[in-house]
Amino acid sequence: MTTKELKQKSIEYRKKLLKYIVKAKAGHTGGSLSCTDILNVLYNEIMNVSPQNFSSPDRDRYIQSKGHTVEALFVVLADKGFFPEEDLNTLCQYQSHYIGHPTRKVNGVEQNTGALGHGLPIAVGTAIAGKLDKKNYKVYTLMGDGEMPEGSNWEAALTAAHYKLDNLCAIVDKNTLQITAPTADVCNTDPLDEKWKSFGWAVREVDGNDVAALKAILQELPFEEGKPSVVIAHTTKGKGVSYMEGVLKWHHGVPSAAEYELAVKELDTQLLTL
Amino acid sequence: MAEQINTLPYKANLDVYSETLQRLAETDRNIIAVTSDSRGSGKLVPFGKKYPEQIVEVGIAEQNLVGVAAGLASCGKKVFATSPACFLTARALEQIKNDIAYSNNPVNVIGISAGVSYGALGSTHHSLHDYAALRAINNIMVVAPADNWETARAIEAAANSNLPVYLRFGKKPMPPLKEDAADEVFEFGKGRVITEGNDVLLIGCGETVYPAFEAAQLLKEEGIAATVVSMHTIKPLDTVLLARLAGQCRAIITIEEHSVYGGLGEACASYLLQRGIFKPFKIIGIPDEYTVTGSQSDILNHYGISREGIAQTARQLLT
Repeated sequence: MTTKELKQKSIEYRKKLLKYIVKAKAGHTGGSLSCTDILNVLYNEIMNVSPQNFSSPDRDRYIQSKGHTVEALFVVLADKGFFPEEDLNTLCQYQSHYIGHPTRKVNGVEQNTGALGHGLPIAVGTAIAGKLDKKNYKVYTLMGDGEMPEGSNWEAALTAAHYKLDNLCAIVDKNTLQITAPTADVCNTDPLDEKWKSFGWAVREVDGNDVAALKAILQELPFEEGKPSVVIAHTTKGKGVSYMEGVLKWHHGVPSAAEYELAVKELDTQLLTL
Repeated sequence: MAEQINTLPYKANLDVYSETLQRLAETDRNIIAVTSDSRGSGKLVPFGKKYPEQIVEVGIAEQNLVGVAAGLASCGKKVFATSPACFLTARALEQIKNDIAYSNNPVNVIGISAGVSYGALGSTHHSLHDYAALRAINNIMVVAPADNWETARAIEAAANSNLPVYLRFGKKPMPPLKEDAADEVFEFGKGRVITEGNDVLLIGCGETVYPAFEAAQLLKEEGIAATVVSMHTIKPLDTVLLARLAGQCRAIITIEEHSVYGGLGEACASYLLQRGIFKPFKIIGIPDEYTVTGSQSDILNHYGISREGIAQTARQLLT
């Protein structure tokens, strides 16, 4: 896709995820908007995964550690044809598979997540299996900066470096806000790049809401042979909707009808001015 | 107190676990052991030497151990995540719940040196909660093989199962419950009747079955006929067998190297009560208190998890 087409996709994804959050009256709005561009680039430009090859042992794997921003994942998976988009009308409804976190009952989801600090260890095991089987697939996991204090992440980071998992890429959606307050005020994990480096990872930083920059950097994987890769993606929570950007309450705030209309209007304007 | 089991010629179930895994790995390169600096205590050093490609070491990091195991299992590996039961089922409980059970990654979770195997090392090293914790988690079987035969069969069954399973072993040498088990079939969820008698039903699991068997022999000399069952699978419980045997006896005793809360005894009691089968009933296990200090046999004897203790409970319950 051209950069313009990718940007269009991101805006469309944002509109859709807001639509389904409003309909469900629930969702993790701000974080879904911050990671939309990352998911867009991964699924449309980087990963070898599709409904056709999803049961193939050679497919690339995506494990969403920050499971709560599932709305972004669901709209991307629907767009890729893993399930009909209208299924999302049942989001968070009685007996729907489309719940507020990723589950394997939804086609295209690799692992059930939701508790934080779980994605990376599973991704490490998946990457070790790839090495053992001499497969060429890559394993991607998306983490939030708010989940960096989970100790299991750092246990897994050690194992990934120990096993030289250059088929593994962690992406940290560093939107700098979590449910209580700015991440730096809750438990400061900066300087994050130095932490990952000292754990033996190859680190790159990028504007995580810049699709062209994301694409360029993810095409370079692995950043160093024999090392796992981490992308610290600097993003804006609530990206794309001016009144949500950087505002804490939109962590899991649901827009009112009027707010939703305003958001769609803004996103439509962005589409027109691309 | 003196050790009650003549242990000299016998192997620990843990040793049988290791031998069985090696045997399976000879023809199956998908068998993978994952360890957290636990290959020594898990008796997996020979396995690691023989199959260096089939052992994944994560260091002392149990949460990571389970997550990594889940990832490997999702790629078709037959994973045996091996770590002391005390750490594995407490520190990594959330990973067992989410990454294995909820995600349906068919890992074999191997809790070694379980119960009070570590004896005088104290409560940090005891696992008296694992049955209770895991029984309450959907989509994982809870299994404690009693003797070497059950252990080997359980490992084989686990390797060929597509379901998550928790297997727990001690490190004490265990005599066989039957001289010849050649015609027997092992199946998860199917209890194993060791001897039959209509006075008292003794239901054990793991390494408590043997002292129950010894108690039955003692009681026999006194004219009391006991049925002894190895209820190796605590979940799913063999309720068909339980109902049949409970109906035939005058009293029921369960024996487990676990808290009296939430384990085998309460599982049996719950089923029987709801089924309308009421018999004098006693759960022998570790009570809800600071566990007495001492060796494994000291602790087990203290709480009546012994030939004498079980026989005495039976006498009391029958009078």
